[in-house]
Amino acid sequence: MGQTRPVRRFWLASLRNPPRTGLQSALGALLAWRRSLKVWMSMKILVPVKRVIDYNVKARVKSDQTGVDLANVKMSMNPFCEIAVEEAVRLKEKGLAEEIIVVSIGPIQAQETIRTALAMGGDRGILVQTDADPEPLEVAKLLKAVALAEGPGLILMGKQAIDGDNNAVGQMLSALLDWPQATFASKVELSGDTVRVTREVDGGLQTLELDLPAVVTADLRLNEPRYASLPNIMKAKKKTIDIKTADDFGGLSGGHLKVLKVTEPAKRVAGVKVESAAELVSKLKTEAGVI
Amino acid sequence: MAVLVVADHDNASLKDNTHKTVTAALALSGDVDVLVAGHGVAGVAAEAAKIAGVRKVLTAQSDALGKQIAEAVAACITPLMAGYDAVLIPATSAGKNFAPRVAALLDVAPISEIIEVVGPSTFVRPIYAGNALETVESSDAKKVITVRATAFKAAGEGGSAAVEPVDAGAGAPKTRFVSDELVKSDRPELAGAKIVVSGGRAMGSAEEFHRVIEPLADKLGAAVGASRAAVDAGYAPNDYQVGQTGKVVAPQLYIAVGISGAIQHLAGMKDSKVIVAINKDADAPIFQVADYGLVADYKIAVPELMAALTDAGH
Ligand SMILES: Cc1cc2nc3c(=O)[nH]c(=O)nc-3n(C[C@H](O)[C@H](O)[C@H](O)COP(=O)(O)OP(=O)(O)OC[C@H]3O[C@@H](n4cnc5c(N)ncnc54)[C@H](O)[C@@H]3O)c2cc1C
Repeated sequence: MGQTRPVRRFWLASLRNPPRTGLQSALGALLAWRRSLKVWMSMKILVPVKRVIDYNVKARVKSDQTGVDLANVKMSMNPFCEIAVEEAVRLKEKGLAEEIIVVSIGPIQAQETIRTALAMGGDRGILVQTDADPEPLEVAKLLKAVALAEGPGLILMGKQAIDGDNNAVGQMLSALLDWPQATFASKVELSGDTVRVTREVDGGLQTLELDLPAVVTADLRLNEPRYASLPNIMKAKKKTIDIKTADDFGGLSGGHLKVLKVTEPAKRVAGVKVESAAELVSKLKTEAGVI
Repeated sequence: MAVLVVADHDNASLKDNTHKTVTAALALSGDVDVLVAGHGVAGVAAEAAKIAGVRKVLTAQSDALGKQIAEAVAACITPLMAGYDAVLIPATSAGKNFAPRVAALLDVAPISEIIEVVGPSTFVRPIYAGNALETVESSDAKKVITVRATAFKAAGEGGSAAVEPVDAGAGAPKTRFVSDELVKSDRPELAGAKIVVSGGRAMGSAEEFHRVIEPLADKLGAAVGASRAAVDAGYAPNDYQVGQTGKVVAPQLYIAVGISGAIQHLAGMKDSKVIVAINKDADAPIFQVADYGLVADYKIAVPELMAALTDAGH
């Protein structure tokens, strides 16, 4: 990190603690406020993001049953990861975080996904480059190593990736780090050394308060991610992405699951169109027998 | 091989997801125990003891368990796993919240939302919003599995298992419960309902959703669901959402009103026995999965449907 400090920080500092008289003491005090504020203001947010099939594309199973055909398919940032990036950017815009580090584990093309997050407002990126398709447990272990190296106060990530639909990495990462977790977040309020999270649960909403550092996973209602503006896309091109390997973070631990085959689910066939509500009721009663 | 099933409950009553998960567990082993982790759960444990095929019911109780705090539930289950080869957890929002933690603490790969038990280590699970089914084999000695309840029949009653308390575990020292905001409803629960009536973006407002969808549901004794668009817009509460990232339902009858049928919505309801779609756009993708489609403006079609149901004695 460079030595330049944003002016806004001094300004915020002086707002919170108005200077006393005398240039010396004012300067000294200013430095002290800076130090105390540093804990608060130096809060880093780590946002893991995944490159996945675009959510508008219907996945097709390969005829040899080895997986889903991703050749020439539009790929994008996982929608839940986008929501996590957006939330991190909003926290930074509110002055509650200093730096947003975006990390992705995946092929070299995942740089584009990181770049998208940087255009939304992320500060710098880390790509842990691998062509393997690591399992959630392996991903969680790599992310743990990244987290320990970066020391974020908060890890904000998507609740699930729309390819594997596992909904597991955030919870596993939290367990491995022994940091508290709040999944399925629809509201995140940072204050000092805690975070208050409203979660979408079966039956409604639950609000928890966690000590920082913590892991929070985003649900759909947390926010509506912004589209990056052209100037921000241009700016993002100059932001740093460190390209690393899994070995830089302890290596891939190896899979525990073997995919034996991937098949297509039974297709539903379209039924009939009915002409009227009355016909519908009679069909449901006599033909289908469901009412 | 012994298998632990973690009960789905709200401290007051046992949920049917538990019975369905027991069925999945019985496909793995004859030695199935049920853990009821919560607060004030004597009644729930008594209900669990009656499930046919259950060997033993374990109860663990604390405030944090009563709120289903993931850290606490995982800390309770993990040491118990010394005595089990697999733990099966209903894939509810609570189950999804703590299951991967248990897996990480045991250093095993979680297996999410299985829909079939193929063999002792082999399972089928949907991926890509249900557009593909993956058959996976686990090499872990201990397995942590979440179960999509709609894919399994409920185990019957008739058991009389012993109930035995176990240690509640270390709790969740860094997590504090603040509040709950639970939706109260006298309607059947979405996940297990025989009939579901869902409304989409076409409703246009929460008032319209109440006016149109709820009376139709009540006439049929149905649960109420919604599309993501309807939930995002505030027409319906979040736990009504049916789909890839909401609830998965498979009722006898699913009626979609003013829902287009996006992949993500279909992922949550396409295993329903009978699907009815009411949509004014004849080309809406929902009609590709509907057994009965009515191309009409819901503003006319739903009142007519109510009248036809009345005529038919509903
Ligand atoms: C990561 C991700 C996860 C998602 N998860 C889910 C999920 O779990 N569940 C889910 O539902 N969606 C989910 N979605 C959203 C999904 O892609 C669709 O946007 C959503 O399902 C659309 O909801 P809808 O059908 O109500 O709205 P629309 O697509 O806008 O459809 C409205 C329909 O109403 C019809 N209509 C309008 N007026 C009338 C009228 N007067 N009478 C009759 N018909 C009328 C229209 O013809 C149209 O077909 C997810 C999306 C993403 C990106």
